Amino acid sequence: MTTEMFILATLDGLSAAALLFMVALGLTLIFGVMGILNVAHGSLYAIGGYVAATLGLAIDKFGLSPALYLPALFLAAILIGPLLGTLLEVGLLRRILGKEHVLQLLVTFAAFMILEDVQRLVWGTQPYFVSNVMNQFGNTDVLGITYTNYQMIVLPVVAAVAYYGLRYFLTKTWLGREVIAMTFHREVATAMGVNAKLVSLLTFVIGAGLGTLGGALASPSTALLPGVGADMIVQSFAVIAIAGLGQLGGAALAACLIGLSRSFAVYLMPELAVLTPYIIMVLVLLVRPEGLFAATSMRRI
Amino acid sequence: MFIRLVTVALIVLTIIISHSFPWLKTPVIFSLCNGLAVLGVIVLIRAGQVSFGHAMYSCAAGYMVVFLARAYQLDGLLLIGLATSVATVFSALLGLFIVRYRGIFFGMLNLAFSMVLYSIISKFTTITGGTDGLSFTRPPLAGFVLERDAFETALLYVVLACALICGLLAQRYFESAPGQSLAAIKTNETRLEYLGISAKHVFWMGYLFSGFLAGLGGSLFAIAQGLVTPEAGYWVRSGEFVFIAILGGSGHAIGAYLGAFIFEFVRFYAAALLTGAWQITLGTVLIVIIFLAPEGLVGMLTRFRLPARR
Amino acid sequence: MNQTLLKTTGLSLSFGGVTACDGIDFELTEGERLAIVGQNGAGKTTFVNICTGYLTPSAGQVFFDGEDITGLSPRKITRRGVARSFQIPQIFAEHTVRECLLIAASARRDKLGFFRSIDRSVDVASVDETLKLVQLSQRSHLQARLLPEGQRKLLDVAMALVLNPRLLIMDEPTSGVSSEEKHGLMETLMQALSERNVTSIFVEHDFEIVARYATRIAAWIAGKIAADGPPKQVLEDPEVIRNVIGG
Repeated sequence: MTTEMFILATLDGLSAAALLFMVALGLTLIFGVMGILNVAHGSLYAIGGYVAATLGLAIDKFGLSPALYLPALFLAAILIGPLLGTLLEVGLLRRILGKEHVLQLLVTFAAFMILEDVQRLVWGTQPYFVSNVMNQFGNTDVLGITYTNYQMIVLPVVAAVAYYGLRYFLTKTWLGREVIAMTFHREVATAMGVNAKLVSLLTFVIGAGLGTLGGALASPSTALLPGVGADMIVQSFAVIAIAGLGQLGGAALAACLIGLSRSFAVYLMPELAVLTPYIIMVLVLLVRPEGLFAATSMRRI
Repeated sequence: MFIRLVTVALIVLTIIISHSFPWLKTPVIFSLCNGLAVLGVIVLIRAGQVSFGHAMYSCAAGYMVVFLARAYQLDGLLLIGLATSVATVFSALLGLFIVRYRGIFFGMLNLAFSMVLYSIISKFTTITGGTDGLSFTRPPLAGFVLERDAFETALLYVVLACALICGLLAQRYFESAPGQSLAAIKTNETRLEYLGISAKHVFWMGYLFSGFLAGLGGSLFAIAQGLVTPEAGYWVRSGEFVFIAILGGSGHAIGAYLGAFIFEFVRFYAAALLTGAWQITLGTVLIVIIFLAPEGLVGMLTRFRLPARR
Repeated sequence: MNQTLLKTTGLSLSFGGVTACDGIDFELTEGERLAIVGQNGAGKTTFVNICTGYLTPSAGQVFFDGEDITGLSPRKITRRGVARSFQIPQIFAEHTVRECLLIAASARRDKLGFFRSIDRSVDVASVDETLKLVQLSQRSHLQARLLPEGQRKLLDVAMALVLNPRLLIMDEPTSGVSSEEKHGLMETLMQALSERNVTSIFVEHDFEIVARYATRIAAWIAGKIAADGPPKQVLEDPEVIRNVIGG
């Protein structure tokens, strides 16, 4: 491996990790509050990306100002995240809270299947690739490698803002503390006056928003194809499983681990690149069944 | 009693249909093969666990059939036996690791391993034929070299016998001590340990049995199709197995076959109508079942029985 | 001369500043019927949890029948002959009452048929006998989750009893059982235990029951055994009266 390849793989890995982290953050937040792994989270990512790409194309088509490129990405996430999030939460998740875990998992799996087809019906099977934002931000030379500013600076900055923003919200605001209270004990929090329905909905919308934001921000640098949703749910699950369910900070490290190992695998063993998230997840769980940063939980007896 | 009646009716119907409408023979065989794999998924659902990767055992058995059939001139029944054994051993080994996990971890780890297998098969084109898969010539069955039509009929009876035997075995397993302990994993593993029963061991045995069933279904499927593609191990296949298991219900082994028949025939007739919206249909039906009849078809059957008895 | 069945030396464990178990030295002789009393949070359940392997002590050792069982898993300890029931009943909610006991009975057998009905592989007579003992025969085909709290507790105790243990540890066996039924139940339970030669420990809040059925009482205060001896002596101990009974 040459130095150039090394730098390239590192930069690729970090930008991928930034996106992955945002999506995983949403997934683990929802799990923490509702106790449900939302398999349809992968679809939110994909749809966020498709909508962003569509907006990007529309800007070019109608000759609107290129200054709108970046805001359009956020607009896509803000439009779709809360919309689909509310739909899923009110229509499905809220109604399955008391059901068996297997059934909860299957309901979100069903939602995932439906949304996969919806993507195919709306956007077809042709790859979407709208990189106008990325070109707008230009490139920078890093030790002889030309790399896009969008991936190198914009993505990590947004991911960091999302993480610290979420942390500020959870620890410093009243509403955020209610969310935390719910993650510890739903019944007790409800008894103490937390509006469980509202908090759940809010959490779900924020989580979904992080998923769609990840997709929207990924659209300039990666091609959108049928199946990206499935790929993303597995990767982001791997991230939160490695970190330990509900571990926000740990997820950042886990995302870097997966992002980097995948990008290095692309250069070193391209056949195995797709498999790296799985392999790392299996290896970590082999050693630490509850993930790297989670404490073991015990049944009350 | 009622379920026994349904079972007999299903067997008779299977035989009649495939003789009077020969073109339905293949879908009937496919449903029964799927039913076997679904039965494997049901074993796990009884323990409160769902595997999103069980197609890997069917797929592994399928490829075993192809490799062996292409390398040696073996009898069909022998191929089935060998391939199923390989899948069972595979599940026993993987099970050693996987049975330590529950819930979403269990589901996703199965998915992870199935994706690893799928990728390996798709990538190593020289050995596996890549995404096009591998085909093989029709093997002799129990020593007889058969023409296409006779082969299908003979295979139908082989598959039917396997399905029946496995259904009975599964049902007896559910009612045995290890089977009852398996179902106890769903509600209280702590108590199981405090009785001196190893939940891990109980679950491992269940996992091994489910791997055997998925493997048997997969090897029969491969023989029936004369072709195996990596799709057989893709997560979509695993998802279909889970779907059928929920549709059929996990209360009784018959649920696997009932679900598989309905699934196959809806696909056979409605796939053309639903092009592009197949997954929307599956997803919607799944949600409707979970909300309205969480115990599936078996649940409806047993509920139907109760008033007649009292 | 009866021999020592359970013994702990310097058993300690604390949870984030709260010492639930503070260097406990304790011995139980075969045939005894020990009541553990103490206020909530005194460390009674923690002690039981350590002895049965649910928690690992930070210091000290547990011996059962002369062998060191410190840190063994609940399963291994159970297999050596220590069964227990729980403060929060641990039952198989989706099985019927009878099936719960059948599964428990199956744990006593080493070889079990994979394809053989559970009814035919276990000692059904002992199951039915135990059902009768805890007065659950009428409910044997009801799903365990549908039982009222008191009967769930009884089922929990019955599951431990079916194991035919040498030592039975019961964590508040009568809480949730109505006061009219309490005495009758304890009577039959204790009789069954002495018939089967089972040594027992029970955590109990009802001093009337304790005084009546225990052969020995150990009073827990703040993670320590404050008084230990014959019922009369412990119940009259001024420190026990002040901190356990009076409070």
